[in-house]
Parts: sequence; structure tokens; C-alpha cells
Amino acid sequence: MNTQLFFQYFVAGVTYGAIYAIVAIGFNIIYNTTGIINFAQGEFVMLGAMTAVTLNNFIPLPVAIILAVIITIIIGALIEILFIRWLVSPSVLRMIIITIGLSIVIREVALHIWGDGIYALPYFTGTALKTLSVGGVFISPQILWVLGICSITVIILNLYFKYTLMGRKMRACASNRSAARLCGINAKNMVTLSFMLSAGIGAIAGCIVSPITYVQYDSGTPLAIKGFTVAIFGGLGNSMAAVVAGLILGILESFSIWLMPTAFKDVISISILLFILFVKPSGIFGNKEALNLKEF
Amino acid sequence: MNTKKKYIQLSLFLSIIIFIQLLTYFTGCEYHLTQLTMSAYYCLLIIGLCLLMGYAGQISIGHAGFFAIGGYISAFLTTYDLSQYKDKTILILFSKIGAALFRQDLYGGKVLNFHPWAAALIAIILTIIIAILIGSPVLKLKGHYLAMATLGFGIIVYRIVLGTEKFGAADGISDIPPFPLLFGIEVNGKPVMRVWNYYISWSIVFITMTFLINLINSRVGRALYAIHGAEDASRAMGVDTREYKLKTFVLSAVLASVGGIFLTHYNGGIGPSEASVIKSVKYVAIVAIGGMANLWGSLVMGLILNFLSLRGYFGTYDDAVFGAILIIIMLFAPEGLLKVKLFDFIKYVSFRSKKSV
Amino acid sequence: MKAVKVILVLFLLSILVIGQSYAGTIKIGAVLAVTGPASFLGAPEAKTLEMLVAEANSKGGIKGNKLELIVKDTGGNPEKAISFAKQLIEEDKVFAIVGPSTSGETMKIKNIAEEAKTILLSCAAAEVIVNPMAKYVFKTPQNDSFAVIKIFEQMKKMGISKVGVVSSNTGFGKAGKEQIEKLAKDHGITILLSEVYDKAASDLTAEVTKLKANNVQAVINWSIEPAQAIVLKNAKQIGLNVPMFQSHGFGNIGYVKAAGPAAEGVIFPAGRLLVAETLADNNPQKGVLLQYKKDYEAKFKEEVSTFGGHGYDAFIILKAAIEKAGADKEKVRDAIEGIKNLVGTAGIFNFSDKDHNGLDINAFEMLTVKDGKFIVLK
Repeated sequence: MNTQLFFQYFVAGVTYGAIYAIVAIGFNIIYNTTGIINFAQGEFVMLGAMTAVTLNNFIPLPVAIILAVIITIIIGALIEILFIRWLVSPSVLRMIIITIGLSIVIREVALHIWGDGIYALPYFTGTALKTLSVGGVFISPQILWVLGICSITVIILNLYFKYTLMGRKMRACASNRSAARLCGINAKNMVTLSFMLSAGIGAIAGCIVSPITYVQYDSGTPLAIKGFTVAIFGGLGNSMAAVVAGLILGILESFSIWLMPTAFKDVISISILLFILFVKPSGIFGNKEALNLKEF
Repeated sequence: MNTKKKYIQLSLFLSIIIFIQLLTYFTGCEYHLTQLTMSAYYCLLIIGLCLLMGYAGQISIGHAGFFAIGGYISAFLTTYDLSQYKDKTILILFSKIGAALFRQDLYGGKVLNFHPWAAALIAIILTIIIAILIGSPVLKLKGHYLAMATLGFGIIVYRIVLGTEKFGAADGISDIPPFPLLFGIEVNGKPVMRVWNYYISWSIVFITMTFLINLINSRVGRALYAIHGAEDASRAMGVDTREYKLKTFVLSAVLASVGGIFLTHYNGGIGPSEASVIKSVKYVAIVAIGGMANLWGSLVMGLILNFLSLRGYFGTYDDAVFGAILIIIMLFAPEGLLKVKLFDFIKYVSFRSKKSV
Repeated sequence: MKAVKVILVLFLLSILVIGQSYAGTIKIGAVLAVTGPASFLGAPEAKTLEMLVAEANSKGGIKGNKLELIVKDTGGNPEKAISFAKQLIEEDKVFAIVGPSTSGETMKIKNIAEEAKTILLSCAAAEVIVNPMAKYVFKTPQNDSFAVIKIFEQMKKMGISKVGVVSSNTGFGKAGKEQIEKLAKDHGITILLSEVYDKAASDLTAEVTKLKANNVQAVINWSIEPAQAIVLKNAKQIGLNVPMFQSHGFGNIGYVKAAGPAAEGVIFPAGRLLVAETLADNNPQKGVLLQYKKDYEAKFKEEVSTFGGHGYDAFIILKAAIEKAGADKEKVRDAIEGIKNLVGTAGIFNFSDKDHNGLDINAFEMLTVKDGKFIVLK
């Protein structure tokens, strides 16, 4: 493999990685405030992209994306209020099953709204064919958009959690819900907020990747599975680690194609997931003590 | 549960099996037995999963994987032509003891395959090995991690059957020979054998039910109940939690595999959809609607929902129906359909304004 | 208490069990993948059949017999196809079954239909469906091998001999890959590498990079799923500028729209439905194709696809045979074998007792994409 090829694979890996990472961050936000994994996270990605594509028929692209993100946020809030909020101390098993059910139902609703056709937003700049050539390595400008928006999202999220009152309240709920409530924080509202935030991030992810990957009613689940893998790989709840883990997984997947048939590409990432779960369930950057403190 | 009640339930179950058959006979719609037989094999998986999820408290979103392992291995061994290796010592040995045999294929050619019994045995042994290998590390995990790990296992099985040329990739395996039992009775899908097959399948379910009911009312059942309630406490009381969980996992895997083996012979074919994640989710849905720790509930729901689904009553909404069932049951009736808890919701709605937090 | 509930539930079930339907008209069963991963096949097929049956009934049925269509959605699951096929044959006592949409499902019910002596008109393309031949089993799509040969012939014209093959991990991709690998040698084509990608893949840059590294002269991309458009786009993005050959699975204008400028110049074999307007007026298929296209698009407000055409062909074959032989299963079966020069959407059908597909290589036309539209390759 020559250097040029090596970097071409590398760029492909970074693209996959950025997409996985942003989905994983959505998982982490909800996990942090509620202690549950939202198995319907992939559907937020799909809904965001689908809505944006539909809206883009009537209004210009940037407006369509913003509106789509807002609509998805509202859907996220509705889901939390209707299906999660009023449950009295639900068990983890129950939450897993509810979110799995939600993911199936959202997907089927999408099938009956949009049919099984494929959709894509136009490239934000240029066309599908336009690429930048850096030393013989071809990079689509959309990849730069993906990377740029991913990084901005991560930075804004970090600032939000660190410096705003709301963000701090959410973090307080994450580390100890009852203590947070004793301090006068409305924990239930924080949960709703976390669903809205993660739905929004999912929708952004859907919009920026759809020019590259297209979107179909069932494209949420495969992304969600990769997202889980990355979230656990980095350590559940740790968004910065998810970015690193996402990039590692993306690059590993990209280079795995060189060695073995593509048909087994997914087996690689799932095997990594199982391996991490068996050996270090707290994730590569996780802390074992912190894991034991978490309630299940 | 006292012994008397146990026997009443079991004999009631037996009489219902016979009642349904007679009902279809007298109303002249025996063709319903086809879907009832298919449902029986799915029920075998479901009651096994019920034991694992409801009694031992361990979720598995990968049980379709075990079903597919059983089905695919027996399908592969009974259809893969071994003629090219027929001079190998090991195969001669197999032929001698009857584990491999020549048979006529549909178009007149002669092929050397494993005998269905030998294939089934190999499939079950492999299932046990895989279940132990997967189960030992997986069952150390809890909550989401356990759910993710079992889901991951299911996906790997699905990817392997979908990506392997020898397993027919996306097309699956067809033309699987019948599974011979005694006196010329076979597990196959031919209309003449329909009533026989109905009784064969439900006898297997009946025997399994008897076994499982005795199991949960024994020391083992109480240990599992303790593990479900409080794992650390039961370990402190001297229950070997690891061992109990693993054994339950293996048992449920074997039941799934047996279901897969027989359904594959009954259908004469198997495809990758049997290993798909949505199937695993459906099984979890059925156990949930049956009431988790409720073998009879899971059995009845398994029978009804599979029967309706296989007859196409849900039309194009098949997946949506199962998804909706999952949500509704888990929201309003986490103890199963027979113990509805609408009260929580009403309480929430009416008292919401009074709650400060 | 529990026992009482169990009994109640089971009695409800028994009520469901007793449900009967009555004969009197010609019943046609359709076992199609209307939803699920193969819905791009099953959904247009089901719609086409519904449209044709309604149309035939409004004209008084076939030879005075009203038609009744029973559509069963398998979602692409073989076990459901088996269950539905048995149900249609034993319970609804259908006259014939149209479908299933995929080869995997068809192979599962081939023997069931054969043993029950029920006509099966499969909408799946694999050659194993009709070879070895079963007396009651027919299929309407063109053989995959015809498409492959068409591609190889075109390659020969263009002086291409070293190719890379990428295909999707579904039944369609698998069947094409097998034919390509089988036929390549006879046509002097060397396959430098053959890769299978996931049908739900979101980015295939790594795969096309591998193709580029192998210095292929052309790429054959055999798939029916959206991912095939990603291949086109990624190939152009990394500067892999070799001729791209696609399968007839590319015959969906949606994919051209998705791939945008990357689809320009793609060469693929397909039925003539896609280029119906541009056909010469003396082309025997033109009338049928335009009619179907017009009816379908007016009724369902979506672009017609060649896959729906397989359902169309199955219906007109059955109709022609019933018109000739009346409502008798055995006679209709014989009549199908006697059909000659029947113009369908996939081509012109000439059945015989040796050929249960009835199409030849001329059923395919080489097409290309120009300015976002399908045109005949000159």
C-alpha cells in the first residue's frame, strides 16, 4: 500500500468515525441525565434528514435544516413526555424495551410517510463530483463540513455543560439525581431537555451526512448500532472519549477492508464491541470505579 | 404453586392441544394446523427465553441467533453434498454407523449427506459450545451492557449467515430433507403428515413445559428467583449465581436451537431473516406481553401472536404491531397483559399538578 | 384464575380459526415482499397487480370470470412465504400464485407449488427457479446471465478486459456475482477483484479505493439497493474515472437523481420500459410499455419501475392462458407452455415445455445515463 492509498483510507476512516461519533454523543447525553440508553437514537438521525429533505423542496437549504432540527427536537420532547416522563422508577429492562419499541414504531411510521425511496440533501458546497485534491488524496468538501460541524458541536456542548446554568443542572442530575433534586433542580425537566438536546444533535448529524450517505426510512438502525459501539468503546457518558473512539473505530473499519471481504466489515466492529464489553466494560477511557457507582 | 394445580394446568394444556385439532377437523379447516405447528417451534424458543428473562432476569436480544444456529447447521449438514470426500476414513465411519447416508435428490442425482439425526445432534452440541463461550463473559454484564452484548451476538450471527456463500448468503438454504422419526413418521411440511406434525411439535412443547414448570418449582427455580431479585444478596446466601445464570442461558439456547432445527425440517428451508435482530426483538416482545416471569403467559402469547403473524393478519404492519405492543405493554402493563397497570398512568395524569418536582 | 384466563384466550383463538372463504371466481394469490428489505420489488408488483385486476374486472373479468386478488406481504421472510403459499394453496384454493419477489423465497416454495400442482409465476430472476425445471413453476424476469453477457459484449466493443466487481450482500447482488464469475472466462474477461458491500452501507470510499489500487479498466457494480449510487459517487470523488457498468437493478430513476452528475455515462442493461418514449415506433413493445407506464403513473403518482413490470408480465401471461384454455388449472398450465410472441414489459415471451422463462437475450437493451435521463446506448 503506497502512502497516497494509505491516506485515502485514512480519510475514509475519519469520515466514518466522525459520523459514528456524533451519533454516539446523542446516546451519551441521554445516558448521562437518565441512565438509560435510547435505542431510538438512530431514528432521530433519520427523522432529521428526512424532514430536511422534504422541507428543502419548499424553502432554501439552511432554513430547511434549522427547521428540521427544531421539528426533531419537538418530536424528541414529545417522546419523552409521552413515554418516559410519567414512569415511576422504571427498571432498566423496561426502558430498554420501550426505546426499542419506539425505534420500530418510528421507523414504520416513516415508511408509511416517505415510502421506501431514498433521499439526500444537496451538497452544501459544490456538487457530488467536486473534490479537493491534497497530495493525491481526494477529499469531498462535504467531509470537511461533517468534520467541521462535528467539532463545533462537541465544543459547544462542552462549553454548555461547563459554563451554563442549565448545563450544570444537567450534569448535577447525571452524577446524582436525588441530590440534584434536593438542591431544587427539576430532574424531570432536565430529562426532557436531554432528550431534546440529543434529538437535535441526531437531526444535525442526519442533515450533514445525508448528502454523502443518503437516507431511507430504515437507515437509522445501522447508524445507531455503530453509535452504541462507539459510545461503549469510549466509555458510556463520556462525549470527548466518544469522538476519539469513533475515529479509532472508523479508521479500523476502513483499513479492515484491505484485509478481508467487505461483507464482514460489520462483524469487525461488533467483535470490537463484544471484546470491550468482556474485557473493559467501562470503555477504553472509562473508569472502573465510576462504572460501579452507576445504578442499573 | 402446589403440585395439584401444576397437574391441572398441564392436563388442561394437553386437552386444549387435542381440542384445537378436533375443532379444525370438524370444521374442515385443518390447514390452520400448518401455522399452529410453525408457531409451536417458535414457542419453544419463547418459553426458553421466558425462563432466562423472566426467572433469571437476564435480557437477551440475540436469541434468534441460537434459533438460526440450530436451523442453519442442520440445514447445511443435511444438504451439503459430501460425495467428494466419500473416501475419507471419518466419513466411512459415519456411513457405517448411519450418521451419513446417500439419498436421491429431487432431480435424480445421488448425494451424500449427514443423516438428520446426526445433523441435529451436531447442531445441538455446537449450540451448547457457543452458548457457553458467549454466555460466560456476557452474563457477567448487567443492564444495558448485557442488552448490547446479546444484541451484538445476534448481529454477528446474522452477518455470518448473510455473508457466507456455503449458507446460501441472502438466499438461504432450500430443499432440506424431512426429519425421520419412528414408523415412517417424518417432520415435513407435506399435507398428509399435517396432523402428525401438529402433535409432534406440540408434544415437544408439552414435554418442555412440564420440565420447565418442575424446574422453576424446584431449588433451581428458587435460586433463579433470588438472582433476579437481588444478585449480590443471593450470592451472599451461598447461591452460585454465575453457574445458575450460565446453565439457564445454555438451556434456553438449546431450546431455541431445537426449535430452529425442527422448523427448518418442517419448512424445508431457512433464510437469513430467521437470524435478524427484529426477530429477536419480537421474541422479547412476546415474553414481555406474556408477563416476563410467566411461562403460561409467554406460551399463550407466543402461540397467538406467531399464529396471527404467520397467517398474515397484520398485513404490512407486522413490525409496527410488535413495536407498538412492546411500548404499550411496557408502559401500562409491565407485569404482562394479564396484570394491567393503568393505574400508574391515571395517577400520574391526575396528580401531576400537585407534584412539586 | 390463570387457567380460566388461558381457556378464555384459547377460545378467542378458536373463533379466529373458524373463518372461511367461498369460491366462485378465479382467485389469484400474490406472495410478495411489499414491505421490508425487498420492498422496492414487492411494492410496485403488488400495486401493478391490483391495478390490472381492477381493470380486468371492470371489463367483465377474463372470459366472464371475475378475478379476486389476495396479496400477502412476506416482508422478504422465507418462512412467511412458505406459510402464505400453503395457506393460499390449501385454504384459499387459489388458481395460481404470482411471486415471490425474491429468489430465496421462490426457491423455498418451488416444491410446495409443484407438489400441489399450482401454477407459480415467480417475479424473481434467478435461473435455478426454472432450471432444473418444475412443471408448474414459471418466471417472468429476464435471466441474470443475459444481463451479464450483454455487459461483457459491450466491454469487448470497448476493449476492456480487466474489471473489478462490487456487489451488494443481498439475493440480487449474490445472483449477479455468481453469473459474472461463471461467465467471465468464456468472454475473455479477467476479474481482478470481487468485493461484496453491505446494502445499508453509508460510505464506500474504502471499497472504491481498493478498486483503484488494483488498476481496473472498468467496474461492474451489481446491486439493486441505494448503496449502488454511493459507489458511483465515491468512485468519482476519489478520481476513479473508468467506465462504470451497472446491473438492471440500476433501472430506477431515483438512483440517477441520488447519484447526480456521478451517474452520467453509466452503462447498464435493462428492459425497455425505462426508455419507452424513445423507442422506434415500429418496436413491438412500445405500445404495451407506454400504456403500462401511463396507467401506473396516473394511478399511483410515482415513477414506474421495471420490477412492477415483472408483475405485469405475470398477469398478462396468466390472462392470455386463461383466455385460451378457460378456468382449468391443468389446461392453463399447458396453455402457458404454448404461449408464443406475447409482448410483455420485459420482452417478448415464447414459452415451451423446455423453457419456462420464455425470454431471450434481446429482452435487454444497453442503456446509459445522459443529462439525468435514461437513453439507449448508441
